[in-house]
Amino acid sequence: MQQETTQRKLTWTAVNTLVLIYAFVPVVWIISLSLKDSASLNDGNFLPVSPSWASYQQIFDNPDFTRALINSIGICLIATFVAIIFGTMAAYAIARLDFPGKRTIVALSLLIAMFPQIALVTPLFKIETALGLFDTWLGLIIPYITFALPLAIYTLSAFFREIPWELEKAAKMDGATPYQAFRQVITPLAMPGVFTTAILVFISCWNDFLFAISLTSTSASRTVPAAMAYFTGATTFEKPTGPIAAAAVIITIPIVIFVLLFQRRIVAGLTSGAVKG
Amino acid sequence: MAEIVLDNVVKRYPDGALAVDNFNLEIADGEFIILVGPSGCGKSTTLNMVAGLEDITQGRLLIDGDVVNDKAPKDRDIAMVFQSYALYPHMTVGENMGFPLKLAGVDKGTIAKKVGEAAEMLELTQHLDRRPSNLSGGQRQRVAMGRAIVRSPKAFLMDEPLSNLDAKLRVQMRTQVSRIQKNLGTTTIYVTHDQTEAMTLGDRVVVMRGGVVQQVGSPTELYEHPTNLFVAGFIGSPSMNFLPGRLEGGGRITTSLGDATLPDELRQALDKAASSSQDVIVGIRPEHFEDARLVPEAKGGARFNVPIDIVEAMGSDIYAYFTVRGEGAHSADLDDLAADAGNDMHGGDGTSVTARLDPAARTRQGQEAELWYDTSQLQIFDAKTGDNLLEGVTRAKTGSENAPT
Repeated sequence: MQQETTQRKLTWTAVNTLVLIYAFVPVVWIISLSLKDSASLNDGNFLPVSPSWASYQQIFDNPDFTRALINSIGICLIATFVAIIFGTMAAYAIARLDFPGKRTIVALSLLIAMFPQIALVTPLFKIETALGLFDTWLGLIIPYITFALPLAIYTLSAFFREIPWELEKAAKMDGATPYQAFRQVITPLAMPGVFTTAILVFISCWNDFLFAISLTSTSASRTVPAAMAYFTGATTFEKPTGPIAAAAVIITIPIVIFVLLFQRRIVAGLTSGAVKG
Repeated sequence: MAEIVLDNVVKRYPDGALAVDNFNLEIADGEFIILVGPSGCGKSTTLNMVAGLEDITQGRLLIDGDVVNDKAPKDRDIAMVFQSYALYPHMTVGENMGFPLKLAGVDKGTIAKKVGEAAEMLELTQHLDRRPSNLSGGQRQRVAMGRAIVRSPKAFLMDEPLSNLDAKLRVQMRTQVSRIQKNLGTTTIYVTHDQTEAMTLGDRVVVMRGGVVQQVGSPTELYEHPTNLFVAGFIGSPSMNFLPGRLEGGGRITTSLGDATLPDELRQALDKAASSSQDVIVGIRPEHFEDARLVPEAKGGARFNVPIDIVEAMGSDIYAYFTVRGEGAHSADLDDLAADAGNDMHGGDGTSVTARLDPAARTRQGQEAELWYDTSQLQIFDAKTGDNLLEGVTRAKTGSENAPT
């Protein structure tokens, strides 16, 4: 028996290690690349022999990159915030209310989620140039919200369905207006779901390359994934591998922070104790 | 505190289903009213209409003389205790109980004072800072009660508040609910499917079936003068025994227990009822049977011999179960009751009868016994309509002590 558990532990450790190695090799490689100087880039060593911050210095000296970083943070936070607000309301309605056209709304949002985004790039480009939205923050925020909403509505409505309806009735009986019931009883309970959804939406906006490259033309609204594509080496013949690796490392940091920050709020089983069974 | 009047209240769902039909009831200030019936009888719907959680299709609902049909729940000033308790899991016990006051804009000092008082009454004082998830079922139930009590509403509505508790705790909480209601004197409407709760708690009991009120009355009235087969079968535990019978001339009645002569007052009442049908269903409560040896010959009543299937000695009573041959009593009312109790299967032929006997009775399992039943306590129902033919009759008090002449 004892041996069996030890053996099982060993097996699991081995499997976990394998998965971790598989996941972390590219990450370590990128970090390693970002710490190499241009001379040792192709020396064949997995880890840098003489680490240097040169690439990081180079990208932070590049005003296009710092500007892109600000654009990314601003655009993604606004898009996430707006998508969460609308998504919460829509998901609540879908989970709780019975109204004509409910199925249509669900079907439409599913349709949007399935639609190939690349097919929309050209029409969006035309519309945005006509409206003067091209190469503005708003020009990216709007499509991001559009594609974030189905995701938000789906995840959130699943969370809302978990909240016992009786709590809302109880709030009504306790003298709450529908808004008070939503704000003071339902929303606090839906918070884990809201944070989970916020993380997913933020990541999907943050990593978008397609719209960022197609709907921007200057650093006024270009986000980091797009800006990285415009990096140039020190000379025409030098590839900007180091700076790109450094930029990739830098843009991963906000997501890690975002997840770690909100993970604390994702407390499982918050609704336990509300109703019996 | 308030009086509540339901005036011809009807609830019809958009799909046409009639949940409550023509509900009339005047509830006096401070009265404890029980709505009881099998599941799906419309009792919870009625409560939700009073609460304002469901619209009233037709009719009027008055609280303290004001029509409140179109008022939102928050404007009706009534509190509700839910079957599932519906406590707010993100708030502490104290916050849960203070929530209605907080919504009403009461200042913090008053909230703390009122919550403190309610907590003391419910013995929750040391739990005020805990969260509902850390409480036991009974404690959660008390928090739910506390939330209703704190704001001194006009009325309490309780939707099967005890049904999630285990049997022992339920009995304990039942007396506590009763005590709290008596102390506060608040008008209360209490929904339950448990006839024991209905009998023990209510000033008046409303028996419902299929959205229609069957009978309204005090627990004793319902027990002694049930208006029809349904009420007779629903109220009382163990429930009344029903046997098909036939009225013969001269006050004689034939059932599968043999022939019996009805006492004069019952015979007169039957003549007055002037039922066209001779076919009846006879109802006998288990306590109106007795071991024939314990009953003096002069006492009247009727005797019969029957083999006893099962004997359960409870100490204070003996329950004897036996089967009488012949068709069982059939009516829509009884089928409904059987379906609700979950024993809608027709096992073998004959009717199973329960008798509650004196502990001195010498009945043995599997042996034949001579039993006696009190003819003065018989209930006789029209076999077709299920109406009680003897509803208004005043009877001699419990037959085994005072024999009819």
